[in-house]
Amino acid sequence: MQHVAIADRPDELHDPQTFITKYIWSQDHKVIAIQYGGTAIFVGLVALVLSGLMRLQLGFPDTFDFIDPNAYLQFVTMHGMIMVIYLLTALLLGGFGNYLIPLMCGARDMVFPFMNMLSYWVYLLSVIVLLASFFVPGGPTGAGWTLYPPQAILQGTPGYDWGIILMLVSLAIFIVAFTMGGLNYVTTVLQARTRGMTLMRMPLTIWGIFTATVLGLLAFPALLVSAIMMMLDKLAGTSFFMPALVSLGENLEYTGGSPVLFQHLFWFFGHPEVYIVALPAFGMVSDVLATHARKNIFGYRMMVWAIVAIGGLSFIVWAHHMYVSGMHPAFGFFFATTTLIIAVPTAIKVYNWILTLWQGNIHLTVPMLFAIGFIFTFTHGGLTGLFLGNVTIDLPLSDTYFVVAHFHMVMGVSPIMVLFAAIYHWYPLMTGRMFNVALGKAHFWFTFLGTYAIYLPMHYLGFLGVPRRYFAMGSTDFIPESAQSLNASITVSALIVGASQLIFLYNVIWSLRNGEKCERNPWGATSLEWQTEHVPPHHGNWGAELPTVHRWAYDFSVPGVEQDFIPQNHPVTAEEQTGGEEGEKA
Amino acid sequence: MKLVIVLVLLVVGSFVFHWLSPWWFTPLASNWSTVDTTVDITLYITAFVFFAVNIFMAYAIYRYRFNAKRRAHYEPENKKLETWLTVITAIGVAAMLAPGLIVWADFIDVPEDADVVEVVGQQWQWSFRFPGEDGKLGEVDARYIGPENPFGMSPDDPAGSDDVLVSSNELHLPVDRPVKVNMRSKDVLHNFAVPQFRVKMDMVPGLVSYVWFTPTRTGKFDILCMELCGIGHYAMRGSVVVNEEEDFNAWLAQQPTWGQLQGRGPADTVAGKASYAVCGSCHGQSGEGNAAMNAPSLAGQSAWYVERQLNYYRQGIRGAHEKDTYGQQMVGMAQTLPDDAAVRNVSAYIATFTPHKVDSTLDGDPARGKAHYTTCGACHGASAQGNYALQAPRLAGQEDWYLKRQLQNFREGVRGSHEADSYGHQMVLMARSLQNEQSINDLLAYLNTL
Repeated sequence: MQHVAIADRPDELHDPQTFITKYIWSQDHKVIAIQYGGTAIFVGLVALVLSGLMRLQLGFPDTFDFIDPNAYLQFVTMHGMIMVIYLLTALLLGGFGNYLIPLMCGARDMVFPFMNMLSYWVYLLSVIVLLASFFVPGGPTGAGWTLYPPQAILQGTPGYDWGIILMLVSLAIFIVAFTMGGLNYVTTVLQARTRGMTLMRMPLTIWGIFTATVLGLLAFPALLVSAIMMMLDKLAGTSFFMPALVSLGENLEYTGGSPVLFQHLFWFFGHPEVYIVALPAFGMVSDVLATHARKNIFGYRMMVWAIVAIGGLSFIVWAHHMYVSGMHPAFGFFFATTTLIIAVPTAIKVYNWILTLWQGNIHLTVPMLFAIGFIFTFTHGGLTGLFLGNVTIDLPLSDTYFVVAHFHMVMGVSPIMVLFAAIYHWYPLMTGRMFNVALGKAHFWFTFLGTYAIYLPMHYLGFLGVPRRYFAMGSTDFIPESAQSLNASITVSALIVGASQLIFLYNVIWSLRNGEKCERNPWGATSLEWQTEHVPPHHGNWGAELPTVHRWAYDFSVPGVEQDFIPQNHPVTAEEQTGGEEGEKA
Repeated sequence: MKLVIVLVLLVVGSFVFHWLSPWWFTPLASNWSTVDTTVDITLYITAFVFFAVNIFMAYAIYRYRFNAKRRAHYEPENKKLETWLTVITAIGVAAMLAPGLIVWADFIDVPEDADVVEVVGQQWQWSFRFPGEDGKLGEVDARYIGPENPFGMSPDDPAGSDDVLVSSNELHLPVDRPVKVNMRSKDVLHNFAVPQFRVKMDMVPGLVSYVWFTPTRTGKFDILCMELCGIGHYAMRGSVVVNEEEDFNAWLAQQPTWGQLQGRGPADTVAGKASYAVCGSCHGQSGEGNAAMNAPSLAGQSAWYVERQLNYYRQGIRGAHEKDTYGQQMVGMAQTLPDDAAVRNVSAYIATFTPHKVDSTLDGDPARGKAHYTTCGACHGASAQGNYALQAPRLAGQEDWYLKRQLQNFREGVRGSHEADSYGHQMVLMARSLQNEQSINDLLAYLNTL
């Protein structure tokens, strides 16, 4: 374990001296994490505003002059893409991955700090290119976040010219950033764990982030090649995705390409992407639940294997997004089967979370409220996935609001509940101060109840058959007038939820200066990040010597030990060995 | 404690919402009741799990809420319990999957006696093709598509000449006969969906996809495009009319075959000129229009559009609304044309007029109007020249007072609300994005600059 020997020499660290090297061109994983997080939250707010505009049109059609079909589709597209890639992926991996991996593994930093810094700046560039598309002729692309060709690059779709090119360029840049960050995360987890931190002693947070990063490294290349191929179709006149067609009355030169090929490539990335977002959330929520229930996570080994199994399976389910795409219909049998199989490890995770609460000693802190909210929303979203994953049921429900409601529950609301849980949970570590609890609780109630008021009814619009991505429903024979009042109520809930995020922003910013200074490890957590010498941890994380790990991350309420938690770096004592025969499990 | 109550209320509330909800699948009109059954099975199983998981969680939070005197139980794992839960979950999943796969096997296996109809999608319209007497759809290719051959029929395939071509957004089908719907697209992705039939499939340029179903009751059902296909996606509507067999046959017999359409000679502009004498008294001898008579300019308009509008007037599709006073005048005038040939001839004559510049009569801001026109231009063309492929008429050179009245008519449903006027219906949806009179004036001010 050569790396430990080097890492144990803190004089090798080259502490940054100037403001610029400390906070701007910083190579410290914690600063980079905050940079990633801040940028991601900023673009997330842009996407939140876009969703509000979109909802205004849907809830109150014929009211707002500045929302025309063109602008509406641009709002839809940019909202979706920003939320999935530039907020969730960036915040979960670039933000929390960066912050937590070295600390939880007991490393001084990422193994390639310079590349880590570069990763953030390249990510920032991708965000700038993305946002620039709002200011180019024709505006951003309105092809939907799936960017399906042929329409994405043809007249008749908003932003078919500049918008789509900037989008593809931005995605390509993002993937470069992700790859630099991702290689770092994987290498750090595999190579830089401290003494005693075996893989099966790693907190589930690290397992989730690690597996998600591996998925990302395998999945993003599919998006990269499809972006490059589409760009060639658009700019160089190739026909990767473009068959012979007549666009708005004009016979174009394209011939022989396949739009369905793009969908296969897109979803080969797109489905693992769901788990790139979900797995870190699964991991973090496990640790939040265990800590605040003062109980070990139930079935740790099963949880690890479930994460790995879900990650593996996520690569062979992609075409469940394409049951009605015109691909060979016999694929439906295979993909429906693999998709429903994924429900088994996922259900196990849910069972183990609630069994972690069982016989715990539950503190309903703000992070815990969000974690429990997550179990509720994720159960709901996961169960509706069983409808859409089952090829036959996808027939009536595909491309309706049921799909919108489902994926917002499962990969919108749920990971965001975990992100909030995580931000509140690790806030004392990152800032050395406690957030305002009353505001945190208010934020939880607005967010939790508000999002359910948005998405539960939305499923019923889907049952009814209301199509998604419609600027206005107009009149049909089968959609009753009352659907419009449902839409209006969804919009009102959405605006309330959107506005209530100001409580969160205020709390996070206000508490930076005014929050109560908190003691070290205020939650009584066991994992290494709370055991640093300083709070917030200094550059290099650990003092003169790296911690040594003696146990798994879940020694809460160990029988025979007075304190109700034992940090991972505490040696096994005599009393716990006599106190409970199950003491040293992992 | 609050949380426990809220969780229980949310679970109970979800069930109550479900039971009270008037929003559910529209009544079935096809053979696919098995699809609904599959949905029901999944609904029952998932509802049970939703209830069990959340109520268990709520109980756990209540029972094991923080108590300084108590300690959590230390139990890293419980192999037996975990195995049981895995097995039960697997059984539940299998119970949902199996019916799904069985129904899917039916769904992709088309009965041998199914009739065939082809649905063709394009931005943002539907058209349909029946195989004709030989029961075979003729070959098609995107390369052949043009104004004279919107279906792209191959000139070399004799099987195509008896194909029945329906250039309208309305498809008729006979009741109780299984039908295989072949789908293709001329331009981008579309999706053929009829909620009452529970079927849905993307239409992809370059390949033919299909679904099959048997309509089980007569009536008119919406066809919706359910794959984002550009700005007009939401306005891409059509309908399926399910008829009794003889009504269907009567309708089908009225539709032209490809052979018949090819056999038509060119329109007779000399005869058209003679008929135009009546029109000219209001619209002007060279179609320049006359504001005092409320007669719009005709110069520059394409024959196909004039022909369609005249036919609409003759059939009571346009000008039938009680508030459309000027349209009502045109109904009478259009009926002086004796037959389809006369309509076609006069339309062809009108198309020979040269367009001219018009004066603006409205006060609007062309710069703001330009932004509004982005949406319009997708169909009507960047310079408002009109586009046959999208069935969008020329707007350039038209009087602004006339366009304003038409936009207002569309907004108010005075025009375009007749159920046979599917293109007009599109404009009803589109005109709604102009929220007030000023937006309309701005838009028209921009049009006057083109």
